[in-house]
Amino acid sequence: MELKEARNGVPPLRRIVVGAETPPLKVSGGVPADLIEPEAPAVDDAPAWVEESMRTEELSIAYGEKVAVNGVSIEVNAGEILALIGPSGCGKTTLLRSLNRLVELTPAARRTGRILLDGQDVDGFDVTHLRSRVGMLFQQPNPFPMSIFDNVAYGLRERGSRRPRRRELEPTVVDALERAGLWHEVSGNLNHPALALSGGQQQRLCIARALAVSPEVLLLDEPCSALDPISTATIEETITGLRDEVAIVIVTHNMQQAQRVADRVAFMYLGDLVECGPAANVFNAPRAERTAEYIGGGFG
Amino acid sequence: MSRLGRLERLTGRPRAGAGAPSSWSLGDRIGLGLAWLSGISLCVVAAVIVAYMAYKGLQFLHLEMLTTSPEASMDQSKSGGFLDPILGTLLLTVIGIAIAVPVGVGIAVWLTEYGRPAVLARAVESGIEIVAGTPSVVLAIFGLLVFQQAFMGIFSFTAEGGAVFGRSFVTAGVMMSVVALPMVIGSTREALSAVPRHVREASYALGKDRASTIRRVLLPSARSGIATGATLGMGRIAGDTAIVVILLGASMTITPEGGLLGLLRGTGSTLTSYVYNNSPAGEGNAPEKAYAAAFVLLLVVLLLNFVVGLIARRSEPKWS
Repeated sequence: MELKEARNGVPPLRRIVVGAETPPLKVSGGVPADLIEPEAPAVDDAPAWVEESMRTEELSIAYGEKVAVNGVSIEVNAGEILALIGPSGCGKTTLLRSLNRLVELTPAARRTGRILLDGQDVDGFDVTHLRSRVGMLFQQPNPFPMSIFDNVAYGLRERGSRRPRRRELEPTVVDALERAGLWHEVSGNLNHPALALSGGQQQRLCIARALAVSPEVLLLDEPCSALDPISTATIEETITGLRDEVAIVIVTHNMQQAQRVADRVAFMYLGDLVECGPAANVFNAPRAERTAEYIGGGFG
Repeated sequence: MSRLGRLERLTGRPRAGAGAPSSWSLGDRIGLGLAWLSGISLCVVAAVIVAYMAYKGLQFLHLEMLTTSPEASMDQSKSGGFLDPILGTLLLTVIGIAIAVPVGVGIAVWLTEYGRPAVLARAVESGIEIVAGTPSVVLAIFGLLVFQQAFMGIFSFTAEGGAVFGRSFVTAGVMMSVVALPMVIGSTREALSAVPRHVREASYALGKDRASTIRRVLLPSARSGIATGATLGMGRIAGDTAIVVILLGASMTITPEGGLLGLLRGTGSTLTSYVYNNSPAGEGNAPEKAYAAAFVLLLVVLLLNFVVGLIARRSEPKWS
């Protein structure tokens, strides 16, 4: 519709969506799927060995006249880490921000196409409910100016009519800090201001803050771009450790990082989803020329 | 050092070396000399004001002046102290700031977090500028006009025959809040704008709406900015004379009739009006008392400025 027309005047882009029709090879826990294919098919109608968590269907997003995401259909599976890669301005961050409808905060943004969470259209959800099921981490660590405890408890408070007591929240807070790998560093000073932590610790605190509300999907927008290599390694370790608990979508500029953490990789270029498949395939045997050029460092 | 560093960043030019000015053109060297001179003159003027007021003030100030009420007497040794003006300054400042802070913070939040429609936001900004630029004597006359209306009678006393007096701590306090308002709005807006967008988004991403984001994240982040604005506003209120003279009246003593309500509806004086009335320009012609009270007023305002510095130095939330 208008989104497509908006590109008039721009040279037609090749829409190379390799393997979008044939389901991409699924992986689980980093092991190629064909190695763990069950010998006999499941007898009942239980979900297949990969459980879909989120899916977009022909999702397009434009800021005014500028199309940022163009007809992208992609699925996010439980138990795996999906990396969105591509050059700056390719729409990967917009795609990510559309999954928790944060893109709606931009007044000029328009969206067509559907986004499904567990098979339900996210437009049908209360946005508060959606965002507690789909958490997010930002480029810059952004703890709130309050104590470490209050940061993690932030999402839990004001959910109901009654303000929960600290004692009731404590187990959840401790659990979230443990899962984010921060508990042993802050266990003694939960009342200290969060902004006094180091950058890497702040980012893990933000992970804990997102985990505290038990999301099903975690969106990471270049979570390590403001961090030093050691903090980056710690965060990556934390992220990969969370793989089994929560579906993760990570936007990254860093090819090495995508290779280190991702199970599946989606390459985007000028708003199009060019290629999506298991990380090993995309990096070692990319099917589209653009992907090969980008991964080979030809542009970006 | 840090200022030069900032200059360096702004101009993108390396800082001139130690011997550099000697290689400058004559015009540049004269300019530099004048800049030095202006800076030093300002220091001298400030030092002279403080030193002279301290000299005169300490010469005439006695501790009992701070604890005794003024007496109507032409004899300066019998005209008492200025306890009532001190209390009046305090009361007026409290009333003014108690109104200015919630209103100012509300306006600042609306402008930074909502600000739509844009036309209305621009109108509000112009309004703030107009209020900030209006001389307080104009505000005072306007206040008198408003508060002398019959339906404003509850804010001050009504004379026999039904004329509303229009002058009281409340009416002066309301107009004083207008004086302080631009300070509160300005520094709150600055503090709110310093909160990066992704911090707000982090709150939205946790399922919070705008209202609880403002309440739980933004206002706590702006706390020291709000405090700075409030303190600056208090300095303005404590130092304003026109509103006191016109809207508070010239009764030197505070004579509450009927408890707190009577106090608020009653008239009184402040250090500024006391200085004015006792100076040769006023009617009292008691310059010694004027000097002493002016010194106390100067101390109060300098103290408030010092507090502003303390608040500003206290670490504001900083995100990388």
